[in-house]
Amino acid sequence: MTEPLLRVENLQTHFASELGTIKAVDGVSFDIPRGGILGMVGESGSGKSVTGLSILRLLGSRNATIAGGRILFRGEDLLQKSEAEMRAIRGGSISMVFQNAMTSLDPFFRVGEQLVEVLRLHQGLSKKEAREKALNALELVRIPDPVAKLKSYPHQLSGGQRQRVVVALALACEPDLLIADEPTTALDATVQKQIIELLQEINQELGTAILMVTHDMGVVAHMCRTVAVMYAGRIVEHGDVADVLRTPQHPYTRGLMASVPRLRTEAAGEGHVRQRLYQIGGSAPLPLRLTDGCAFAPRCPEVGPECWEVDPPTVASGAGQEAVCHRRAEEKAAMAGVAQHVGA
Amino acid sequence: MAGYLARRAGSMILVLLGVSVLVFLIMQLVPGDPVRTMLGPTATAESIAAVRADLGLDQPLVQQYVSYLGGLLQGDLNTSLTMAQPVAEIVFPKLGNTIILAAGALVICLVIGVPLGVLAATRQYSLFDRGAMFLSLAGASVPVYWAALVVISIFALKLGWLPTSGMYDVREPGGLGDLLRHLVLPAATAAVVPTAVIARLTRSVMVEALQQDHIRMLRANGVPERQIVWKHALRNALPPIVNIVGLQVGYLLGGVIFIEVVFSWPGLGGQLYTSITSNDMPIIQAGVLFIALVFVVVNLIADIVVALLDPRTREAVG
Amino acid sequence: MTSTTLGQKVVSPVAAGDTVAAQIKSRSRPALMWRALRRDKAAVVSIGILVFLTLVAVFAPLLAPYDPLDGDASQRLEGIGTPGHLLGLDGQGRDILSRLIYGGRYSLTVAVLPVLAAAPIALLIGMFAGYFGGRTGNAVMRVLDVLFAFPVVLLAIAIAAVLGPGLANVMLAIGITMVPYMARVVYTATVQESAKEYVEAARAAGATQAQILRQQLMPNVMSPLVVYGTSLCGLMIVLAAGLSFLGVGVTPPAPDWGVMTSDGRSVLLEGYGHVATIPGLVILVAALAFNLIGDGIRDALDPHKQTS
Ligand SMILES: Nc1ncnc2c1ncn2[C@@H]1O[C@H](COP(=O)(O)OP(=O)(O)OP(=O)(O)O)[C@@H](O)[C@H]1O
Ligand code: SF4
Ligand SMILES: [Mg+2]
Repeated sequence: MTEPLLRVENLQTHFASELGTIKAVDGVSFDIPRGGILGMVGESGSGKSVTGLSILRLLGSRNATIAGGRILFRGEDLLQKSEAEMRAIRGGSISMVFQNAMTSLDPFFRVGEQLVEVLRLHQGLSKKEAREKALNALELVRIPDPVAKLKSYPHQLSGGQRQRVVVALALACEPDLLIADEPTTALDATVQKQIIELLQEINQELGTAILMVTHDMGVVAHMCRTVAVMYAGRIVEHGDVADVLRTPQHPYTRGLMASVPRLRTEAAGEGHVRQRLYQIGGSAPLPLRLTDGCAFAPRCPEVGPECWEVDPPTVASGAGQEAVCHRRAEEKAAMAGVAQHVGA
Repeated sequence: MAGYLARRAGSMILVLLGVSVLVFLIMQLVPGDPVRTMLGPTATAESIAAVRADLGLDQPLVQQYVSYLGGLLQGDLNTSLTMAQPVAEIVFPKLGNTIILAAGALVICLVIGVPLGVLAATRQYSLFDRGAMFLSLAGASVPVYWAALVVISIFALKLGWLPTSGMYDVREPGGLGDLLRHLVLPAATAAVVPTAVIARLTRSVMVEALQQDHIRMLRANGVPERQIVWKHALRNALPPIVNIVGLQVGYLLGGVIFIEVVFSWPGLGGQLYTSITSNDMPIIQAGVLFIALVFVVVNLIADIVVALLDPRTREAVG
Repeated sequence: MTSTTLGQKVVSPVAAGDTVAAQIKSRSRPALMWRALRRDKAAVVSIGILVFLTLVAVFAPLLAPYDPLDGDASQRLEGIGTPGHLLGLDGQGRDILSRLIYGGRYSLTVAVLPVLAAAPIALLIGMFAGYFGGRTGNAVMRVLDVLFAFPVVLLAIAIAAVLGPGLANVMLAIGITMVPYMARVVYTATVQESAKEYVEAARAAGATQAQILRQQLMPNVMSPLVVYGTSLCGLMIVLAAGLSFLGVGVTPPAPDWGVMTSDGRSVLLEGYGHVATIPGLVILVAALAFNLIGDGIRDALDPHKQTS
């Protein structure tokens, strides 16, 4: 097995707060192969953004600590790197696109200036070379009239164009990995679709791996091969998109699927159904983890007594699909019993 | 640009008209008769009446205002009651001296206040930040007249480094060097409060600027923190800083009265003080009017600069 | 924005972060403010200082070791630590400590009273202009613009000069100077609050204009005014003493701190710094205390600061 481009192992990211330690990311592990696309879904506050920010060590706020785990990028642990080394990686070999397209560009500088700044920083280019590369980057994201756009200020661009510029900025130095944190929020439906398609094309043309954080199961079905479902700081289900969407194992994922009726039938086919998560009763808990047990228990239709007290185990079902749930473990054990019985 | 300028200039003229009315009216409220003061206790009723008529003080108020404004527009500021000299000849050179003092103070404010605020913002809640912010709050609470006395007693009297007062050396007045030597203490003292205010504002707008989404994007692209702070965040924070600097000019123009009195700086503020003591109304009127005029113009300039600084409003302006 | 916009929270999944805020918000505002203010050490110390200064001023006759107006010429200008005269004596041989103790009666009153008196007037003007807006509101603000054209210090000095020196006149000068600034704070807050949902809701529920103004807007507009007013008291202590320093405020020989600083000025050049330095320091401390409390209240009212 070849080494994955990115391997996150048992990542722990905590925030100190008045109410106690918020374990925003609590033992998250996943791999992204070279050129792969991993979808990451989960409701608001489940820790998706914090996961992405942890990879680049961009948490910033004083109360945040990465309390444990390893983040292996091309085999090297990013958590061991110096700040200067991290700066070279940020925007150089790993880039991030944030939730807010409209405000991700500096309103006081021209698009060209912002691209040139990053290009010169990472590639030590002359001004002229950098300007050419900036133009290439704008062409890459298929912005109309790129030469003129270099001279534009962000406010002179439409929302979709701005997001394209943000993507161009992220991709200017041809990174190996793009962390896209809900890159289409606040854009209208047609533009969303265009940006998603753009990312897909870039993935195919440049081989840029993508961690795709999204709320949109349609996007996952459309562009990802694997998907991780987060709940309260943990990955509760993980596997091939086709498997997870067709036969979700974790009760939370099942709830999501049930609330997106059309998706189940169309997922494998034409896909791209715009539906949202969150249509599950109850609300997301603050991941304080004061006690052991399953964080989903208060909302789970299949909850049992052990769910409140014991951390659920990880259960593999089929090719690489895994869910973290007592009920699934029980069923598997029962199945194994049956199999043994039948076999005997 | 032309449209914006015209609109701003229009409202400025309205404000200045209001200012002239107000200054005119306030002076009508002054208790006591300026003419009687001018002519002294031995004056006869007739001579007082004659002078009143001469100065137009016997006419109705509105007419007095109109002729006052008319004179004003022609640069005629009346005659000083105590110095037998046209007010304009007294006021303009003094206004120049005051502007020198205020400009010196302003340079100090900018050179110290802005960097202090920026550094505090980048080290939010650190010991440096807390220390700087406490000091600047203390600075903003300093009574200038007291600070002037303290500064004189330390740097001029005890250490003897700099002169205690005046604008040029009395014995051998000379050149820029002499002026600067005399300028240091008064300008530094006048700068204390505005520096503190600018530092505090700079810190708070910088903290806000550093929280913006595009700053996170710059970090995600590996841009060094220093570049993020001094190039991007400061650029974003500049418009409100320019605005507050404009307002601090107002503080300086008022505060220099104390400075000029204590340091015997031959400026408009010191002149105002003297004229207040001697009840010389034409000078007080002109002095107050011109300080207000300078203040209004400075703020107009600040507003235009702010509009030009932001590419989003630049088109509307230019 | 279409209804299919991604990431828009539809079925109230209370964002986890909001829960913290919600839990904290459930307590009443003044109680919360006091709780936050109490944790602000600088503000607590400042309140202590001001209470102390006030009590000292109130009980001045009991506390002052000497008559503040009666000097002993033989001991004039003796310095700090002179036996029997902790802070020394001034140019007329008056005990500086005694003058300071009595001085609070002038200096504190002259600064705080005008601000208190200006507040309701500013509230009236600002809320009127802000709530009714339109042409009248605009006209009111344009008139205030004329006053903003004068630097504060200059305006106060000019008014004080016109009114002539004296305790009542200084207060009047300061009060008049402050009204437009306080009114502008109220105006801005009123305009902001008027646009909010709760005002709309009250209107829809049939509340009268007076009810909306008094019950809905007033409490919300008060917060910024209190913050501003507190800091203003600090500025006004400095300014009022400054007017006295220039001789257009409290008249000597009253032991106002500004008058005392002015008294010290003439002997400073003779090398007797303590006469001017001490009262100036007290002015600074009192002003700083007001500013720290103002800052503390502002932070206490700021929802973003409470969680940190
Ligand atoms: N600076 C912080 N201080 C305290 N808690 C924080 C901080 N930042 C994030 N959190 C907490 O971390 C958890 C995860 O937040 P995160 O932003 O990763 O969620 P998300 O899955 O990206 O949600 P969304 O879909 O809304 O973007 C939340 O419970 C949030 O309250
Ligand atoms: S562990 Fe229990 S509570 Fe958690 S998802 Fe499974 S069944 Fe539900
Ligand atoms: Mg997020």
